Amino acid sequence: MTQPFRLPGGDRIDRSQPLAFTFDGRAYEGYAGDTLASALIANGVHLVSRSFKYHRPRGIVGLGAEESNALLRIGTGDRAEPNMRATTVALTDGLVAQSQNRWPSLRFDLGQAADLLSRLLPAGFYYKTFMGPGDAWMVYEPYIRRAAGLGRPPDGADPDPYDKRHAHADVLIAGGGLAGLAAALAAGRRGERVILADEDITLGGAPFAGGEMVEGLPVADWIAGTAAKLSAMGNVRVLTRTTVVGTYDHGFAVLVESTERAGLRCRLWKVRARRLVLATGAIERPLVFPGNDRPGVMMASAALGYITRYAAAPGRRLAIVTNNDGAYRTAASLHDSGVAIAAVLDIRNDVDPAAQEAARQRAIPIHGGAVITRVDGRQRVTGLRWSAAGGGGRLACDGLCMSGGWIPTIHLHSQTRGTLRYDEAAHAFLPDRPIEGVRSVGACAGTFDAADAVAHGTAAGNDATPAAPLRRAAPAAPISVEQAFQGGGRKSFVDFQNDVTAADIRLAAREGYRSVEHLKRYTTLGMGTDQGKLGGLNGLSLLAAELGCAPSDVGTTTFRPPYTPVPFGALIGRDHGEGLQPSRYTALHDWHAAHGAVFNQAGSWVRPLFYRRDGESDLDAVNREVMAVRRNVGVIDVATLGKLDIQGPDAAELLDRLYTNSWKKLAVGRSRYGIMLREDGMVFDDGVTARLGEQHYLMSTTTGNAEAVVEHIELLLRTAWRGLRVFVTPVTEQWFAAALAGPNARRVLARVADGIDVTDKAMPHMSVRCGRVAGLTARVFRLSFSGELSYEINVPSADGPALWQRLLDAGRVDDLMVYGTESMGVLRIEKGHVVVGREADGRATPDDLGLAKLCATTKDYVGRRSLSLPALIEPGRKQLVGLVVERADDRLPVGAHVVAEGRAGPQESLGFITSQAYSPTLGRPIALALVKAGRDRMGQRLFATSPTASTSVAVMVSEPVFVDPEGKRLHA
Amino acid sequence: MLSIRCPVCGPRDEDEFVFGGDASAVRPADPMACDDQAWTAFLYRRDNPAGPHDELWFHRFGCRRWLRVRRDTRSHAIVAPPLLAEDAGAP
Repeated sequence: MTQPFRLPGGDRIDRSQPLAFTFDGRAYEGYAGDTLASALIANGVHLVSRSFKYHRPRGIVGLGAEESNALLRIGTGDRAEPNMRATTVALTDGLVAQSQNRWPSLRFDLGQAADLLSRLLPAGFYYKTFMGPGDAWMVYEPYIRRAAGLGRPPDGADPDPYDKRHAHADVLIAGGGLAGLAAALAAGRRGERVILADEDITLGGAPFAGGEMVEGLPVADWIAGTAAKLSAMGNVRVLTRTTVVGTYDHGFAVLVESTERAGLRCRLWKVRARRLVLATGAIERPLVFPGNDRPGVMMASAALGYITRYAAAPGRRLAIVTNNDGAYRTAASLHDSGVAIAAVLDIRNDVDPAAQEAARQRAIPIHGGAVITRVDGRQRVTGLRWSAAGGGGRLACDGLCMSGGWIPTIHLHSQTRGTLRYDEAAHAFLPDRPIEGVRSVGACAGTFDAADAVAHGTAAGNDATPAAPLRRAAPAAPISVEQAFQGGGRKSFVDFQNDVTAADIRLAAREGYRSVEHLKRYTTLGMGTDQGKLGGLNGLSLLAAELGCAPSDVGTTTFRPPYTPVPFGALIGRDHGEGLQPSRYTALHDWHAAHGAVFNQAGSWVRPLFYRRDGESDLDAVNREVMAVRRNVGVIDVATLGKLDIQGPDAAELLDRLYTNSWKKLAVGRSRYGIMLREDGMVFDDGVTARLGEQHYLMSTTTGNAEAVVEHIELLLRTAWRGLRVFVTPVTEQWFAAALAGPNARRVLARVADGIDVTDKAMPHMSVRCGRVAGLTARVFRLSFSGELSYEINVPSADGPALWQRLLDAGRVDDLMVYGTESMGVLRIEKGHVVVGREADGRATPDDLGLAKLCATTKDYVGRRSLSLPALIEPGRKQLVGLVVERADDRLPVGAHVVAEGRAGPQESLGFITSQAYSPTLGRPIALALVKAGRDRMGQRLFATSPTASTSVAVMVSEPVFVDPEGKRLHA
Repeated sequence: MLSIRCPVCGPRDEDEFVFGGDASAVRPADPMACDDQAWTAFLYRRDNPAGPHDELWFHRFGCRRWLRVRRDTRSHAIVAPPLLAEDAGAP
């Protein structure tokens, strides 16, 4: 387990801590501090992936987040994570990495036949092919899907926790290079709350070629000193391995922190900052030439970084191809690290000799006006061929470094809707006008000089503009079109990850794709996990060249969050399973759980569906509970019903305006059922409201609508009805409620009603009494949802368990049966009571539901005006009906539509079932349904059908009340 | 995500609020006096200005009050201090 390409030195690695890892099953060794990429390079591994489309062998090209090739699957089983960039994965002991997108193996990949066919797979291949014969796509799709794609998901649900955190700051600084550090220091000294986030493991930003000085110190010393000062400031929080992936409105930003600590994979930060300082740096720009995608071709800054940080040599003899002066310093620095430099090939003819001085001193061969014509070596670079006016030839090398200038990282600036401008000196887009509170500093703003970057950052930290003008980019030549299009440009890659070549850009331009947004979609340039970080600018520069216009006229595609891929786990955090939303429980939940309740989540509430006894099926249990209520007496926890306390001189006026029926004549001690509409005339909510005092009402709402009704009423009271003197207070949680229902309900209640006369004469249907029940302060409402004689008893929530127990005790001699919401549902379907959300589905008017008689004509109320709109009175609207299944043994399919004919195949839907149940009272399934002109169809034979269940059940249309249509039972 | 300065609770994230739509859509004092066109205009027709827009927000996970917020739809900047709906002048 040697590391043949490990050199002496390396700032970041700890040689005393060797770490074992495997890549595609082979064992390797690296050191603590390595990234997976640096460890692979130290072991001489360059071939790490196959490309997306042509399955060409690919190697590590970058140093950090910009990496487009080295996407690996990390980990195994449920913890496997696809598409991880080897350059940002910290090496850990026992790490398992696998290559993707190859079969059967990375070295021998059958998919590379696609490369031989690359002439047949041009830009827009998919569109062109699959616009063809109708079924062709169906035939090809499984093969295409298998051959393409990046990675595959983990084997199971991720077992690791993820976390989210909110934070506030005066200044959020994205990027911990020289400019970002300087900004943090300045803002920290002003006493501001600072968050500095950097994606790298260590602060400092891009690798330096050495020799630069800042404030009289070598760069590395300045960085270390500044980092130490920041860590001593209590008001500065430094987050490493943390990427600012998105910037949003009002100083809001989202950060992803990789912790890789046991018990926490990743943390999402939601930061609200008054000011945003963007010090995101720049990404080195690739050059476009034939074979620039061979394994072993790497960005020059990446090669420098691997050597200075990790002492991992990308080769023993490197060639450098460049268009700018910076490459000569890099060449000298690489040379000094002990790597031989085969030559510097400069595409420019005239270069300032001073810039080349460092390379000349080290006797590094320099060739000007050079064009690379070919790169040799399929799985690793073995050499290259170049030509120039004065010669050319072959150069032996085992690595090739590209230095094409710098692409400022303008993503976050652009995400905040700051504007961009094309800078002719940098040949790149730079921030132009930022929005308020945002400043870009350092390399991402075109300031590349180290001392200037510090000055720039310091000014921004002080919320000021720099005093002196800053030097801009070191001059670079524009992209060489001549070099890119050699051999037609078919092997000159622009976007490595998506296999977009110069030839593809030329073809797209020729076919009329003049907009960069169209170019992107046609060629896939800039898609995938790297989103064009390396290739985007080259692509649009080539498009501009082909179109004969300036890159500024072509523009960029839109930069959207996230800057780097975000694991789904980070976005989800703990918000899954039971943590997805808070659940609400009634005061009796523990009792229910101890007595066999089968629970159901109804909105936010957890409620018992029914109570199972030994040996019972679900249906047995529900039938038992339903029949007990119909024949004897049952009790149910209805604490979840919404309750609004309404008080004030204008309380009755408010009810009159909210409900369709009239409220002004309701006497104290009486209650009334009402329906509320939305302003568009559709039924919004229903419930019983009782008059407790002269100016005091208690409104009940449906369980799921309690909050929505409050918002509805509040809005009207605060806008259109400001003059009403009334207060509306939600009191749902303050009251527990139990309903006694069944022919023997009165007998049970009478035993515990202290001094409340519950006889029919003293307390008729729809009356309310306040007093004491079972020794507790209580309100008793006589009303009915089940169709049976029924009382709802409210007590303060804390007294709920006591009331419940005393009711059970009082009912024991009568075999009082506890029932759940499923049984309640059967009872109300039998009685034909509509439910908001089922029958009242937001598209039903009162008349649709047979409730027109509840709509007053002598007053205004919300929604009244809409009821006479043509669409709401046109014939053929769906109307509420009952459906009785013809053959008692048939079962209604779930989600059935109602149709005229009992046959397979498409036919017109007349409507749909809204609620259905097995009715133990009728001994067969019944349903409520909304059916076109349903009230004209009484007695018709129709069919309930579901295309997914491929069944069709004969039903008879009936009135929607199946039990006691005269209402004798509830008046008993 | 917007930061809305609730006059009761102070600056809070947008996800504590629900959007209530265009604040200028005022319920007519006498709906039955409206013809169908005027009434459906109140129900459904909304301007979509590029610029300042008065809108209603309900502070659902806070004070449960309706606010009137003037937001520039181009920049999402909130261009005036939000007010309680009842304090926002004539509806």
